[in-house]
Amino acid sequence: MKSRNREYDQALSLHAYRSRLQVATFAILAGCALLILRFLWLQTIQYEHYRTLAEANRITISPVVPARGMILDREGRPLASNYSAYTLEISPSQIDDLEATIEGLSKILEISPRDRRRFRKLYEESRNFDSLPIRNRLSEIEVAKFAVNRYRFPGVEIRARLFRSYPEGASASHLIGYIGRINDADIGRLDEAGLRANYRGTEHLGKVGIEQSYERDLHGLTGSEQLETDAGGRAVHSLARKEPVSGNDLTLSIDLSLQQIAERAFGTRRGALVAIEPNTGEILAFVSQPGFDPNLFVDGIDQANWEMLNQSSDKPLNNRASRGLYPPGSTIKPFMALAGLQTKHRTTETVIQDPGYFAFPGSSHRYRDWKPEGHGTVDLHRAIVQSCDTYFYTLANEMGIDVIHDFLSQFGLGDKTGIDMEGELPGILPSRPWKKARFHQDWFGGETVISGIGQGYNQMTPLQMASATATLASGGKFYRPHIVKSIRDSLSGEHREVKPVLVRNVGLREEDFTAVRNAMIDVMRPGGTAAQAGAGTPYSFAGKTGTAQVVGIKQNEKYVENRVKEANRDHAWFVGFAPAESPTIAVAVLVENGGHGGSTAAPIARQVVDYWILGKKANGPAEELGGDTPPAKPGGSGEDTHND
Amino acid sequence: MIRRWIARIIAPLDAPLLGLILSLMLLGLAVLFSASGKDLMTVIGQARSMLVALLGMCILAHLPPQYLMRLAAPAYAFGLVMLIGVALFGEVSHGARRWLHLGPVRIQPSEFMKLALPLALAAWFQYREESLSFKDFLIALLLFIVPVGLIAKQPDLGTALLIASSGCFALFLAGLSWRVIVLAATAGAAALPVAWTFLHDYQRQRILTLINPASDPLGAGYHIIQSTISVGSGGIFGKGWLSGTQAHLDFLPEPKTDFIFAVFCEEFGLLGELILLGLLVSLVIRGLRIAGHSSSVFNRIAAGSICLTLFTYTFVNMGMVAGILPVVGVPLPFISYGGTALITLMLGQGILMSISHHRTIVKR
Repeated sequence: MKSRNREYDQALSLHAYRSRLQVATFAILAGCALLILRFLWLQTIQYEHYRTLAEANRITISPVVPARGMILDREGRPLASNYSAYTLEISPSQIDDLEATIEGLSKILEISPRDRRRFRKLYEESRNFDSLPIRNRLSEIEVAKFAVNRYRFPGVEIRARLFRSYPEGASASHLIGYIGRINDADIGRLDEAGLRANYRGTEHLGKVGIEQSYERDLHGLTGSEQLETDAGGRAVHSLARKEPVSGNDLTLSIDLSLQQIAERAFGTRRGALVAIEPNTGEILAFVSQPGFDPNLFVDGIDQANWEMLNQSSDKPLNNRASRGLYPPGSTIKPFMALAGLQTKHRTTETVIQDPGYFAFPGSSHRYRDWKPEGHGTVDLHRAIVQSCDTYFYTLANEMGIDVIHDFLSQFGLGDKTGIDMEGELPGILPSRPWKKARFHQDWFGGETVISGIGQGYNQMTPLQMASATATLASGGKFYRPHIVKSIRDSLSGEHREVKPVLVRNVGLREEDFTAVRNAMIDVMRPGGTAAQAGAGTPYSFAGKTGTAQVVGIKQNEKYVENRVKEANRDHAWFVGFAPAESPTIAVAVLVENGGHGGSTAAPIARQVVDYWILGKKANGPAEELGGDTPPAKPGGSGEDTHND
Repeated sequence: MIRRWIARIIAPLDAPLLGLILSLMLLGLAVLFSASGKDLMTVIGQARSMLVALLGMCILAHLPPQYLMRLAAPAYAFGLVMLIGVALFGEVSHGARRWLHLGPVRIQPSEFMKLALPLALAAWFQYREESLSFKDFLIALLLFIVPVGLIAKQPDLGTALLIASSGCFALFLAGLSWRVIVLAATAGAAALPVAWTFLHDYQRQRILTLINPASDPLGAGYHIIQSTISVGSGGIFGKGWLSGTQAHLDFLPEPKTDFIFAVFCEEFGLLGELILLGLLVSLVIRGLRIAGHSSSVFNRIAAGSICLTLFTYTFVNMGMVAGILPVVGVPLPFISYGGTALITLMLGQGILMSISHHRTIVKR
């Protein structure tokens, strides 16, 4: 170590230090030489090259927008696709008198008042440098006409663009959603996500539905092209090109035929239907009626259509299936029955006497059954088949709200189902802590009683009820509902299947489950509340009807449907699954102001289930089936099912 | 009386240094006027920062080096505490945590560390002068690895690398044996693939696009493509002041700060660059002369690493604009817009002047 010290002592001498400075100076000069050589290279040898690049701004790098991924139904039928067409576009920033230009253009080409209105709306919302379409889908003749007159219209150009189209129109509109022009709020979100560069040149993005939720898959990767341009900024030829990568195609689990049968079954009524494959969570149909034509939104909706959609009392823009909240009414009873059995508050043998109402001891307030004279002696089976209210009033009262809440929440009620579509509402499954947090009030016993028949604070979406029914149908396996079945990676061409996600397994005892299921089967048979809708099915159909009160009825008043205004009439519910022993479909139907579940909601479900179980197998490809699926006839079609 | 007073103020200011600095500043204001799109307010703001920086330089020039040496350790400790503070409570801006709020004052501790670290290392080697051993170099290494690591974590890789280089300069000037330097350089080269895995995605992207800017012409490659076009199209004589098309047509990113040199190249051409590089290198060489004539270990190491760091800034910024180094946020000394970096820079020059002025007085 001594010698080492001496070595460093020497190093610290002024002489050694100065030699180090000399090394440093040499390094500095070498660095300068390197820089100067680079400058010489760029500014003398390569000067001409860079001068041409810069001086006339000859090279522009322009983005090449990728084709948006397609959306297909489970059979591969397109729900959203692209087509190429010419548009006439105006860059307002390059034009002094916009009105005169449009007027001039209208002398050459047809420009409808709707085109003008839409253009005006786009212009108000646009950013400065946008090129905005005034006419879409120009014919070859129109293109030629404009080309001749182009010199008169600086700042107006013809472009070939890809357009989004929704070939099925209003069908499945809430599910597919639509794309719309990118606005300032969208830009902010893209910036935050660090996706701005990939959206150079892109003018649309998904605004709702699958188009929005799977934006990242659908958009693709933007390519780029280095273009040599003339003095007027028009492209002369391409120097280099990086191809864009198209968006990924999505295959949905939706069956378009099933979807359309359901939509037609609603007729002019408002409501929602969700059908789920219970063993995977795949959504087979997702209906919210009325729908709207998503094609209207693609290039900016015009004012008149926007107002019509927005102000209609039918609220066609509301997604009732995943955002509509309704009290579940009697459709909650199978779940309540399971709760009673599982928590040992009831056995299948337990009977109660129903005088037509339930009352707390010493209270005169009556919680009325729908049947004023009462059901008499009722066990669990009859309580479900005839939808006896009093049975469930008593059961709820004995269980208490928190036990009810804890059991039912296992089926996903009162919570988001986790479906792969944005905007779903969680609904409300009330409990003591919930009420405390929401209203700062204590829970009352009477509120438990009405919760037993799905009234009171309970608010559920049709999607939630369908998911809960699917969970019940599969004996307690709660698969997360999902709409996208597989994603085709456009780079590799591989299909990536979306795997079912088992959220939880509600441990149901076999005998409890069987008892409830058998009761639900009898709901669909003579004597049950949906006997009419269940008549003559060659398969076993388990279901439950429901009626959700819209307005309260006073103690001594009687609800008479004809006397109540349409908007105040009860909502009709139906939940069910089939074939009951090994279900392939679970469905929830809600008809707004539809009155009785058995008479309006159940028949819709019947058509859907018939098609799913009989139609496909009996009739082969869906297209051959035609519009109206006749209810399956007893006997005959039952044999058909064995023939495929 | 007043004349004597002025003479006393001016006395420690090294005339060649001051002359070079003032020329660079005037040049900087002229370029900034063009780069900011003829925005007089920006230029006035920068001029004000320059005056503050000159004042700071004067004050440090008057402080004797021994005094600076005594300040070095506390300043270093303070800087370190602030860096830890930033890591814990710093304000996030543009995805990086660099600023610290102390009451009404918003400070960037990494900037402070640029000066504190070389001073601290110089003081350390002065303190260990009599019995310097290899262990002392290891401790010095530790002294700069910690703040560098904290800054790299912010993440501010550019500043971290610059501060690391100023630390390396200090070790080099303190007489670290060549054997160790060669060994460390070899080990460092071998560790590059490992370092790669620690980089953020955007940092890797910047290095990749340097190799092939066309791979991402809309994103990270855009800066490099546009800046080389600016430089190349400037030619030998340039397009003339206020006539650079690249800068004025908004093709160039960050034309006032990190890429201001591209504006300069476009407008003043190769000749302009030679003059600017000449001024900056003269400043560095003059500083190294002061270092070479200074008397104590502290003075030599502090002065030397300040000068070498100044050159590093110049080289990294010009190299980035010319497209031979990756895009890192390093300003061009005296030219780029921004007060904080300028003040740090000028305080360094003040230290140099102090060392120069007091070399005859301080004898050890």
